[in-house]
Amino acid sequence: MAEKEIELRIITPERVFYEGEAEMVEFNTTEGEIGVYPGHIPLTVIVKPGILRIHEKDGERIAALHSGFAEILPDKISILAEVIEWPDEIDEKRAEEALQRAKERLKNKYENLDVARAETALQRAMARINVIK
Amino acid sequence: MASMRDIKRRRSSIQGTQQITKAMKLVSTVKLQRARAAAEKSQYYFDSMYRTVGSILSRVGHIEHRYLTPGDSERKAVVVITSNRGLAGGYNSNVVKLITRNDALKKEDLDVYAIGNKGREVFARHGYTIREDLPDIIEDPLYSEVNELTARLLKSYENGEVGEIYLAYTFFKNTVSQEPRLLKLLPVEPLDQDGDGFVDSVMNFEPEDVEAIDMIIPKYISSLIYGGLKEAIASENGARMQAMDNATSNAEEMIDKLSLQYNRARQGSITQELTEIIAGSEAIG
Repeated sequence: MAEKEIELRIITPERVFYEGEAEMVEFNTTEGEIGVYPGHIPLTVIVKPGILRIHEKDGERIAALHSGFAEILPDKISILAEVIEWPDEIDEKRAEEALQRAKERLKNKYENLDVARAETALQRAMARINVIK
Repeated sequence: MASMRDIKRRRSSIQGTQQITKAMKLVSTVKLQRARAAAEKSQYYFDSMYRTVGSILSRVGHIEHRYLTPGDSERKAVVVITSNRGLAGGYNSNVVKLITRNDALKKEDLDVYAIGNKGREVFARHGYTIREDLPDIIEDPLYSEVNELTARLLKSYENGEVGEIYLAYTFFKNTVSQEPRLLKLLPVEPLDQDGDGFVDSVMNFEPEDVEAIDMIIPKYISSLIYGGLKEAIASENGARMQAMDNATSNAEEMIDKLSLQYNRARQGSITQELTEIIAGSEAIG
């Protein structure tokens, strides 16, 4: 079994979010979505807002992962997450509102709008909503 | 000799003070436990952060990157973490001394980012430039606030306003000992690589090294400031607990002394009264 599972540790500044074994871990990075099986080459990636899927031996757990970076080693993944939430920690109404707000901003293109920030907000809100559904 | 009434009044006033210091000690003990737990919980994150940045820097070697080489400006920025409230012994002045007694940090070339009122007051009095005054962060540090501060610091660095960035805070060794520390945030100095745990040259990066540094260094700095805040809060409460403990036992000592004086005075007055009565009765008899 040892060869088929990878040790996963997700750490945030406030707490240890997850610690356990997984068969596969999926998340979104700046270079696109990535799925990591045990035995992956050593790799450091930057996280982009999206859904984190942890495939455990008996089921799948998901969470909304917003920012941070991950260090992948053949037998171990460490995700240093600045913001990450389980589905039951997400306020759906707030996420919907944030989504609308971000869409509005990007559509109207106000002067001196921080486009990158608005886009991140949009991605975050979408990640949250997708995780709940 | 002071009168009995004076001694009594003095003693009860000290007793009142002692009650306050005792209560403050209890409060800071509880706060310390909470702050210590929080500091320990976040420790994990910073260790991993430190290790990862270490492995990245050991891999990229000596590349030219604006975060790794000093800026041109003579000016330096320093983030100083002190408390908003006093009565914590030497806690605040020790942090301030780190900077005022440091010859490498000249008053005219320094931008102070003051977290905590006590530090700001001293620096303002000494004529330092207070670039930002952030008393609220220390009350309940949020990672997002620290991120914003980091963004402003990096902007100032990138605009060439400052060439180096420092962090002054108090490291929490244990309950009875806290150590003020000055840490260089930028440029990032090559970490000491003697320790094990550094993944050697096999690590790959997506995106490329330079871009990865661009993205990871700000997170690294945020995490150092955030970690410093957590340590500082624990230290503040540790220092206050100790100061209040000392104050309480000093008060105890004074009360003991005054009680003795009071008893002596009472004894004296009784003896005097007796002598007077006996002398009176002898005169009559």
